[in-house]
Amino acid sequence: MLAPRPAPRSSRVPDALVRPAAGAVSPESAIRRRQMREAAIEGVVTLVALTGIAAVALIFVFVGREALPILTDPSVHAEASFSRMFLPQVVREGRPAAFLWQPVSAVPKLSMIPLFVGTLKVTAVALALAVPVGIAAALFTSEFAPRRLRELLKPGIEMLAGIPSVVLGFFGLMVLATWLQSAFGFSSRLNAVVAGVAMALAVVPVVFTVSEDALTAVPRSYREASLALGATRWETAFKVVLPAAAPGVLAAVVLGFGRCIGETMIVLMASGNAAITSWTFGDSVRTLSATIAAEMGEVVFGGAHYAVLFFIGVELFLFTFVLNGVAAAFMRRLVRKMSGAAA
Amino acid sequence: MRPDPSAIGAVAADPKMETRHLVVSYGGKSAVKDVSLRLPGNQVTAFIGPSGCGKSTFLRALNRMNELIPSAETEGEVLLDGEQVNAGRFDAVELRRRVGMVFQKSNPFPKSIFENVAYGLRVGGTRDRAELAERVERSLVSAALWEEVKDRLQESALGLSGGQQQRLCIARALAVEPEVLLMDEPASALDPIATAKIEDLIHELKARYTIVIVTHNMQQAARVSDQTAFFYMGELVEVGVTEQIFTNPVERRTEDYVTGKFG
Amino acid sequence: MSVRSRRLVGGGLTAATGAAAALAIGLLAVILWDVGRGGWARLSWEFLVSAPREGMTEGGIFPAIYGTALMTLLMTVAVLPVGVLTAVYLHEYAPPASRLAGLVRAAVTNLAGVPSIVFGLFGLGFFIQFVGRAMDRALNGGELRFGQPALIWAALTLAVLTLPVVIVSTEEALRAVPRDLRDASLALGATRSQTVARVVLPGALPGILTGAILAVARGAGEVAPILFTGVAYFLPDLPRTPWSQFMHLGYHTYVLATQSPDVEATRPILYATVLVLLVLTFALNGVALVIRSRTRGRAASAS
Repeated sequence: MLAPRPAPRSSRVPDALVRPAAGAVSPESAIRRRQMREAAIEGVVTLVALTGIAAVALIFVFVGREALPILTDPSVHAEASFSRMFLPQVVREGRPAAFLWQPVSAVPKLSMIPLFVGTLKVTAVALALAVPVGIAAALFTSEFAPRRLRELLKPGIEMLAGIPSVVLGFFGLMVLATWLQSAFGFSSRLNAVVAGVAMALAVVPVVFTVSEDALTAVPRSYREASLALGATRWETAFKVVLPAAAPGVLAAVVLGFGRCIGETMIVLMASGNAAITSWTFGDSVRTLSATIAAEMGEVVFGGAHYAVLFFIGVELFLFTFVLNGVAAAFMRRLVRKMSGAAA
Repeated sequence: MRPDPSAIGAVAADPKMETRHLVVSYGGKSAVKDVSLRLPGNQVTAFIGPSGCGKSTFLRALNRMNELIPSAETEGEVLLDGEQVNAGRFDAVELRRRVGMVFQKSNPFPKSIFENVAYGLRVGGTRDRAELAERVERSLVSAALWEEVKDRLQESALGLSGGQQQRLCIARALAVEPEVLLMDEPASALDPIATAKIEDLIHELKARYTIVIVTHNMQQAARVSDQTAFFYMGELVEVGVTEQIFTNPVERRTEDYVTGKFG
Repeated sequence: MSVRSRRLVGGGLTAATGAAAALAIGLLAVILWDVGRGGWARLSWEFLVSAPREGMTEGGIFPAIYGTALMTLLMTVAVLPVGVLTAVYLHEYAPPASRLAGLVRAAVTNLAGVPSIVFGLFGLGFFIQFVGRAMDRALNGGELRFGQPALIWAALTLAVLTLPVVIVSTEEALRAVPRDLRDASLALGATRSQTVARVVLPGALPGILTGAILAVARGAGEVAPILFTGVAYFLPDLPRTPWSQFMHLGYHTYVLATQSPDVEATRPILYATVLVLLVLTFALNGVALVIRSRTRGRAASAS
């Protein structure tokens, strides 16, 4: 049934080079030493990997530690209790209770509310601009742009991500403020709108990149099925692709939101740095992060103001922690959706 | 079903490697079911069978490479020179120095030809340059590659042809001076001329090593091996002297496979 | 809807979304053009190598360049080993469903989201007040020396900030090393650590390099974390020890832009400083991009 084995060709192995008697077997001790060394190396590598966890824990602990006097130190507590920080305070006889952040004055006022309001105003402006632009640009790039254009657009918008925020703040301060002033005539040259527009420049790449990744992750079969049923490219994009990628797009928005809350330099340079509690967007604002940056340099070590600045840090850490968790949850939903669909 | 001892060639002495009731499963699904097989020393044993029959999985169990897959579970014994090697206590690294492997798709490191062959020696602790040079040369000669590369040992291994790369991988495996050489479809990605060179090589190496070769090419198994084991759906159906398996198999399934009725 | 109106809507949407993309790119171009126009005149070799004079209206910004470079160098030395080893743990050592690995990954993701100013507080609260003061007590008899803003503390703070960048890049690089190379190494009797050191890491080197460059680009641009951990606006000398203070391009920009007594006089220097910072950042990002696309191209053609 089978051809006989052909005769082997001339032996190429000279007899002189005969393999020595059975390969050397390592003695027991060498094996044991090797195993111990491997275990040690693995131990070291694992230990180093714990640095990541340690870092997060240490940040929380050591930022919180400096804020602790709010709870533990009576003299600090007198100026900066939770009620003083969050409830309206009567500052002067006869005047209604108000939210004031005036840490450097005869009677220090340490209300968080102006800072919250300021942060929200800037964030609102930034997101109102960055979310539509970012998502629209992502839709364009993933659904419509031809490949060559896409390969220009993606790196281009990612270049925007590479601009240091201090440069964006500089741009807001020097250029945007002038433009917006001549366009809208705000009462203050530097205000929530200027800071918000500059901030949008930082947030667009975040929203764009994450949304675009989610949109391109939608399996091609979805689009093909929709087009085969007679839908146009855009109907497909809005009725099929976008809903499928929705968790990812939502995650993008949440991440953008987180970026806004934490951003410091842009606001420090372009928002006017006045802690005003108002809903007028043309007013100067102070955000939480900018407050820390601006005032930490002059603060008395160990005093109430010092502790409150660190407390703001704790607040920021917790906010972004929660926001990251939400975004991560959305991303997990997205992955589940996609892997279920692609199966 | 059980291998007929009298059919396993002239092996009266203890086999070089042996498995007893070996079971390998991935995540609960068994890929190798209760295989007991003896591999005689200084002989070529071929594993044949249709795709997915478990022959590659079984091969990898012999040098414990299947342990690298997290969901893999093994039961039963694998023995080398009569000693059980797949118990947790026996060092897997040590086993792999004695039982070498050549893979289906050649996988030279992106290093020079010399460094590829010397790799196993260096990780084994050999540092003397003269010794390395001598053993690299010896291995390349054994793999029938020396003449073709002796003037370009420092060049990248990735510049060699497919057949040369595979012979390089053989040389690399031989450099460590294993006792057993496992070959997982070593010529499946090669053209006929390169394949013929590899088969000649196997024939010459048999004098000094015990060789196990997995192949889906029955003619190759017939040309190259002394004994052949036929696997089907994770079970060892029949094992025996190659000539007998191909001309006069005992089991019906074996006969169907070797006559091409399926597979 | 009729076919014609659907087409119109489609066309309109294409235009609208395309305009959004164009807007983003357009603003990028405006920024680059504005900075270039404003700073180009002042840019010269002399500007880059000389120190500032006359209250930041004359001279150059060499100390800021030097300070930025030195700080990012220290930062890289600190972050690379930790980041690479963490990625090695996650990809080469951790068992698949390991709880610990999951925790490490979650921690890294969270680290990536922490606001940069909070890192500044961390640097102050941990490195300066805790580690530095402890060093003072142990090595300096309680006298204040290590527990103050310094180059080393700023560098370490930024190292923690850029840790996720290095880890993500390195993991991507490790993933790109083909599995059969690891198999080949292990089948030859190499241990896992030998395989990682001799085969995997050399193969992942381009990706690790990319991660390092991206970390440097990030670290060079961040100002908030260094505000109270070591940076200064004007120093008479270059930093000589890890415990000196230092000048920094980004911080220089910030102070010049917001606190300059004579805006018009310092304006050229300000623009030129921003230009240098931008060129530096883009150059670094560009190099990283090139390395990354060349490695991907090579991997694709080799498979």
